Amino acid sequence: MFKALADPTRRRLLDALFAQEGRSLGDLEAVVAEHVEMSRFGVSKHLRQLETAGLVLTRKQGRQKLHYLNPVPIQLIHDRWIDKYTERRVTALTELKRDLEEQS
Amino acid sequence: MSSTTNDTTTEPSMAASDEAAPEVQMFAIYIDAPAQRIWDAITSSEFSTRYGYGGEVEFDLTPGGATRDLTTPEMREMGMGEVAASGTVVEVDPPHRLVQTWSAAWHDEPATTLTYEITEYPGNACCLTLTHECIGAPNTAKDVRGGGDAGAGGGGWPWVLSSLKTLLETDRAMSGAGA
Repeated sequence: MFKALADPTRRRLLDALFAQEGRSLGDLEAVVAEHVEMSRFGVSKHLRQLETAGLVLTRKQGRQKLHYLNPVPIQLIHDRWIDKYTERRVTALTELKRDLEEQS
Repeated sequence: MSSTTNDTTTEPSMAASDEAAPEVQMFAIYIDAPAQRIWDAITSSEFSTRYGYGGEVEFDLTPGGATRDLTTPEMREMGMGEVAASGTVVEVDPPHRLVQTWSAAWHDEPATTLTYEITEYPGNACCLTLTHECIGAPNTAKDVRGGGDAGAGGGGWPWVLSSLKTLLETDRAMSGAGA
């Protein structure tokens, strides 16, 4: 996942999907073309890497394949890293809650 | 069906919670559990009370059957009724695919559509993909998107699905999740 994020084109694709989801390959190709020259194959390869990393999801609509952001991995990173620093406080409160509830 | 604006000139902001959420949203998570267990976790109260918002669920698992997500005592204390969300089953193919309509009781908006897909990879974890189509239901779309304060109920589907993963993989409720 971090490898998937470590590329300016892939970050640009994620930004584009963040601004508007449900985009086709052609649409995303146009976004990339505003910044760098890249073939449709190149853009599609970057999208596939984002898909493999679980950051981008696709669904078919008619003949088009539309791309969406997957917000879940960000949540998992949040749970794993951000909560690490608040966990102790939360655990203390959870224990306090349990103690108080058991007493009542 | 998705929004037709094509304005890529504005810089995307990271303050997602105040912005309109996409009409169609997709969520996917790998869960190290058999497909049948994931299916049961979605459709039975035995599991639903131990992840997400912790309410019981009712499912008549036949096309046209009714489904209801019930509120927890905590939610009722906050003034909610018995039902948190209700809908109708559209398609059932256990344990791989479930399509249902879904209306949040706290919004007066058109019914939305949920599609659960559970993909098995032999010898590997399953992938649960959830597609939520909130056509003409912008407030529901915003609420399920997540990214808000999970402690205040703003975790949306990312938080619900993460707690489902925690429960099935560790047999304990994720901090803050469940009834």
